[in-house]
Amino acid sequence: MSVTAIHNRKPNDTLDMRQTVPKLARVRSRFSDAPDVSTLEVEMADGGPVDYRPGQFNMLTVFGVGEAAISISGAPNGARLIHTIRDVGAVSHALTRLKPGDQLGLRGPFGVGWPIHSAQNKDVLIVAGGLGLAPLRSVLYHILAHRVQFGVVSLLYGARRPEDILYQSEIARWRESLEINVALTVDHADAKWSGRVGVVTQLIEQAAFQPQNTLAMVCGPEVMMRFVASALVEREIDPENIFLSMERNMKCAIGHCGHCQFGPNFLCRDGPVLSYQKLRPLLKVKEL
Amino acid sequence: MAAEQASMLSQHAFFKGLAPEVIDLVSSCAQDIEFSAGQYICHEDDQADQFYVLLQGHVALQIASPGRGARTFLTVGAGEVFGVNWLVAPYRWTYDAKALDDTKAVVLNAACLRRKCEADHDLGFELMKRVMPILIERLHVCRIQLLDLYLKQN
Amino acid sequence: MTVTNVLTLDGLRILLEALREDGHALIAPQLQDGVIVYDQVEGLDALPRGINDLQTPGGYQTLKTEEPSLFHYVVGPHSWKKFLHLPKLQLWQAKKHSEEIRITSPEPPSVKTAFIGVRACEVKAIALQDKVLIHSDFADAAYKIRRDNAFILAVDCARAGGSCFCVSMQSGPSVDGNYDLALTEILTPDHIFLVRSNSEAGENVLKKTPLRPATPEEIWAGQEIVAQTAANMGRAMPDTNIARLLSQNLQHPHWDTIASRCLSCANCTMVCPTCFCTTVEDVSDLKMEEFSRERRWDSCFNLDFSYVHGGAARNSVAARYRQWMTHKLSSWVDQFGSSGCVGCGRCITWCPVGIDLTQETKAIYDDQVG
Repeated sequence: MSVTAIHNRKPNDTLDMRQTVPKLARVRSRFSDAPDVSTLEVEMADGGPVDYRPGQFNMLTVFGVGEAAISISGAPNGARLIHTIRDVGAVSHALTRLKPGDQLGLRGPFGVGWPIHSAQNKDVLIVAGGLGLAPLRSVLYHILAHRVQFGVVSLLYGARRPEDILYQSEIARWRESLEINVALTVDHADAKWSGRVGVVTQLIEQAAFQPQNTLAMVCGPEVMMRFVASALVEREIDPENIFLSMERNMKCAIGHCGHCQFGPNFLCRDGPVLSYQKLRPLLKVKEL
Repeated sequence: MAAEQASMLSQHAFFKGLAPEVIDLVSSCAQDIEFSAGQYICHEDDQADQFYVLLQGHVALQIASPGRGARTFLTVGAGEVFGVNWLVAPYRWTYDAKALDDTKAVVLNAACLRRKCEADHDLGFELMKRVMPILIERLHVCRIQLLDLYLKQN
Repeated sequence: MTVTNVLTLDGLRILLEALREDGHALIAPQLQDGVIVYDQVEGLDALPRGINDLQTPGGYQTLKTEEPSLFHYVVGPHSWKKFLHLPKLQLWQAKKHSEEIRITSPEPPSVKTAFIGVRACEVKAIALQDKVLIHSDFADAAYKIRRDNAFILAVDCARAGGSCFCVSMQSGPSVDGNYDLALTEILTPDHIFLVRSNSEAGENVLKKTPLRPATPEEIWAGQEIVAQTAANMGRAMPDTNIARLLSQNLQHPHWDTIASRCLSCANCTMVCPTCFCTTVEDVSDLKMEEFSRERRWDSCFNLDFSYVHGGAARNSVAARYRQWMTHKLSSWVDQFGSSGCVGCGRCITWCPVGIDLTQETKAIYDDQVG
């Protein structure tokens, strides 16, 4: 049974340039998560409601600099959008430097989101590496708001160093709630760290889930996702029930510019969330 | 011919000290193989059906990521071996291997080796005794690499 | 069965005048610097006469003959995408008014055009771009307006070009699909044009043009010309499921062989009538008070096309060539339901090193079969 694509747009907005023209938005608050990572809370200038599905992304414009695809990390009250951004280029650098009150452009939401509906009554494995926790956080919010609909829920999270762990106070709250099993690890420890050191695949061994009734959602650097997915298959989770959020260069986000293609998939339109069943043969091909 | 491979294997560091009958057993799973510079020997996630015993040349073990391309984490040369994933289910390569120059090797069929090891536990233990030190050494090397000792401290 | 009429040369002149009077800017083949390009013209007399061409991998030459022919050359480096999917387009502008930024988008200009001398492969190419840019999940407003306002006066090819292979891609040489009028040029005994209409707009223009019904001999002559063209194709794709062949051979060593010749100059993508990739650039004035975003053609051969954090995802020329060829001949089928190639041969003619994708496909095919 194939997972249906979850879109948020009307088909064929013909003479409406809406999808290529940004709407004005404003930064409401800014939080510094890590040395090169900031979380922005953004609201539409016209005060309109915001709509999205976990796993989708917006195209954020810094006027005079450029535009970048940023995953939506949450939307409290349906009036603001949360984006966690890592400084890796000119546009993301400018985004992480925006202050409350600054204006930016916003187009979206775009893309196919996480198949949360297919996870109902299943155990859920959320495996995040580095910044990959950002697009998965909205899944955790949804699950916590509808906790009875899901089985055993586990978050396996690997960060580079202790100071790179995102959303630390939230993670602590999730742990305390006892509603989500949280396992953390870092690649490189400092003298103060007394938690696990190793890679995130090693956390799978201890995770409690029934492989035949589990849906896994994975996000992080591509090498990490490849090895996590492979390890999950080894633990007998069906590749049809393992989902990865892929990333490639994005310009238009509407399937017209050609940049985000990964094999036959336009990641802006057929992804970024795709099943491992579909991705496995493509991930093997070098420089695809 | 198995006899040729047996001769090659008995001279290789990995099989040093193995009784001739044992080498004969192993060489019936063996074949000569050559790779030219730049040729891929295996790809990550492919079925790991081979164990390579290198006679000549150099092989880079790599992991590829988008944007950074293929990155070599280890190189192996004549007198060394690579490809131990045939020992551990689900028998899949966890890296790419690429010949850096013209390479000659003896390739052992993994299913054949596994069968022989199951049938003859002494053979199995002899092979394990030889594979373990190599892996432990590589793990140790990997840890030192991870510590990034040359990184400037602030 | 469409009715076939006959136009004389004068009749065609009147037809073009009628299109102009109706407000269409005529875009037609022109001979400039020895090359057939598409440009705006005033009327029939501006069209080049008696021009033939010699096209080979990496080679193009036009020849002047004594024939009175209007359409005996085949396609040059230009395609109609230049007028539909604009090479440059401003997407939006933004200005700071006191402290607030106001964003506006220009109304896409509605310009009526008439494309004169559109070949069968080009009619198909336009339809392929329509599929991508109009009939998919999002429609490109600027493209749609220009497309809706483009009158297509097509022409069957009377000669097989040296590089093209429309028969093997099932896109010619006879015009079919979405066009307004189609001509077949006949030189003997008289210089006439068989004309068939395929739309209401086409019918309306014919009403303003002197016509007479074609005789059975004339219809037969037209069919013979097209049959001759079809029989004289210089090359063909191997007879196999090309999409599957390529998707099963993404790591074939032949890609490296091609890469040793390919300069990644992007010529093929620029001349290809179906390539649609674009990029955007944001600009601002020095005071950071006025901003705009411009969209322009891009090519998957450009190194930064596939830039991700760290570098290009397709760093090697082999990977970039593979992307272009497998998108065109394989992924396009998954994405849009048909091949992206119409067999026009431009990529073969205009490749500086003469790479021929029919040959490269054959090389991979032979390695499977043999």
